[in-house]
Amino acid sequence: MQPNTHHTHLDRVLFGDNQFFGVNHASDDKSRAQAMRFKDDQSIIRVLDQAYEAGVRTFMCTTHDRIANICNHMRAHPDRYRGFKIFPCMPYAHKYANAVTELGIMGTINQYVPGTLFGTFAKGGMAVVRGNYSKLMQILIDAEMKMFDKIDTPVIFIQNVLVDMILGLGMYEVFKDYDAYIREKYNVEPGYITMNMPDLLDALESVGIYNPIICASINKSGFRMSGGIERNEMYLREKTFRPIAMQTLAAGALRPKEAFAYLGQFPRIESVLFGSGSKQHIAENIHMIEENFPVAQEV
Amino acid sequence: MKTLRAGIIGLGKMGLSHAAIVSAQPGVDLVAVCDTSLIVTNAFKKYAKAQIYGDYRKMLRKENLDLIVIATPTKLHFDMVKAALEQGVHVFCEKPFSLNSAEGKQLVQLAESKGLVNQLGYHNHFIGTFREMKRLLAADVIGDLVHFSGEAYGPVVTKAKGGTWRSKSSEGGGCLFDYASHVLNLLQEVVSRPVEINGSLLKEIYSKGVEDAVYSLITLKNGLTGTLLVNWSDETYRKMSTSLTVQGKNGKIVCDATELKIYLKEENKAEGLEAGWTIKWITDLALPVGYYLRGEEYSAQIEYFVENVRRQKPGTINTFEQGLYTDKVIEMIIKNAA
Repeated sequence: MQPNTHHTHLDRVLFGDNQFFGVNHASDDKSRAQAMRFKDDQSIIRVLDQAYEAGVRTFMCTTHDRIANICNHMRAHPDRYRGFKIFPCMPYAHKYANAVTELGIMGTINQYVPGTLFGTFAKGGMAVVRGNYSKLMQILIDAEMKMFDKIDTPVIFIQNVLVDMILGLGMYEVFKDYDAYIREKYNVEPGYITMNMPDLLDALESVGIYNPIICASINKSGFRMSGGIERNEMYLREKTFRPIAMQTLAAGALRPKEAFAYLGQFPRIESVLFGSGSKQHIAENIHMIEENFPVAQEV
Repeated sequence: MKTLRAGIIGLGKMGLSHAAIVSAQPGVDLVAVCDTSLIVTNAFKKYAKAQIYGDYRKMLRKENLDLIVIATPTKLHFDMVKAALEQGVHVFCEKPFSLNSAEGKQLVQLAESKGLVNQLGYHNHFIGTFREMKRLLAADVIGDLVHFSGEAYGPVVTKAKGGTWRSKSSEGGGCLFDYASHVLNLLQEVVSRPVEINGSLLKEIYSKGVEDAVYSLITLKNGLTGTLLVNWSDETYRKMSTSLTVQGKNGKIVCDATELKIYLKEENKAEGLEAGWTIKWITDLALPVGYYLRGEEYSAQIEYFVENVRRQKPGTINTFEQGLYTDKVIEMIIKNAA
């Protein structure tokens, strides 16, 4: 394993993208309303600009097709987005899941490996046939990363659905391959999103990945904190990793003040991820985080 | 606690998800997997510990399994489930259960005669909102029932092109088998069993040879009538979205996987429900699980299955018999639409 040469600074507040793509864990109705509201890219850019004005400097987003348009916009206006970073989270799973239902696993690979299987013969085609899964993973990562060309992406995440599947299957060596490739090819830090934080941390350590960036569900009501809130809290207190708290508001079930104050008992938590489509909510949440979950002062 | 030996047949989308969930259960070893796709089995060979098989009969003979998950195309269920039951293995099988009810009936009888745990993958029964809806209906909170609507929409087939077995009705493809079965099964367990089909439309939208939408008028055993509205070619939905609505003389309940909305004409003190709308969220109703993948319900159903295997006693949720009934209703709809 490579020594951990990077120690990327994480902003206290990370701005998420669920609201833009109709993802809402507490209401299908709201998610459809959001999908209508953010139909065009300009409406997404408007909210991103409002978040930037409110102090947000990191946008954590899935590799949804429409993010490519947002990236084009950012490249076209470099002055407007100075210091702005994106944390890509790959893959956008529904794209692949729907494809697998329709085309099967081989059909999906054929569709999403750039070019046809035959066309990418040189780099990946044969690798697939021979079962060189590391190579296949690298090709898919590169395909997903294309849209972020020339954009600062200091951390690259794998989505929870994939992390948790690999975790469940016990295929920990895949994490090792991923970790090494992100560090070597992109020279940035890998990150992991999960709903099973304690088990994931154990798994990563077992293959020599130490002090990883892990984005996990952390909230006062224990929502999606698999394995129980007590075990999750114990890991947050005692283990060495760089937690990012998501679903802090338990999909809207908790009041922001108590939700963010809850995080205060875990000084290792470096960042809070939240998404919102409202200028006022964004400002309020940032204020609440600063007030109730302040960054510890260096002594 | 004895370590249970588990196997899986079929490593497609659902099979992989089940494989991960089964492996993650405490006290369960996924010792064998069976599939014919080399790209998948080679990945197991390289990264996991399970034995790989291309022939499920051989796997059943050699592995001395306690339990098996079958996640293959529907047309293969009968032979595989039968072989597993005959070997004395507890079976979890994906939905829909069988392609024809005569075969399904044999399997129900076989499982019952052997006293084996038998469960199907109608996962909506492990979603807290639907469970709460069932409880509220049983408690009679909306009075005499007047209408139901069971619906499901999603973006599975959104353009014209040939696909997998899901586009062949002879193999259990099509929206009726794949999507509508979920709604029918949910309806029969939460509200009441369908006993008569009063009219049906099976519509092809993009597919050829199978329907992409199912619209039916249905009468239930409790006398309630209503509509089944299912369309898997609706890309305004990001993923499959299933809902049940029941209207009564004293109110209405609208339920999906995220929200339970209750409207009452008058306050119900015993249930703590006010007059007007009350909304309950999945964040409060979700079943806590030890390991999470894609939704609590997928893990909760496997936890329930494993628990029953450990007790050596068949469960009461998602039994083969319930799945067989859904298969019969599907046959009724096909006959009605013909």
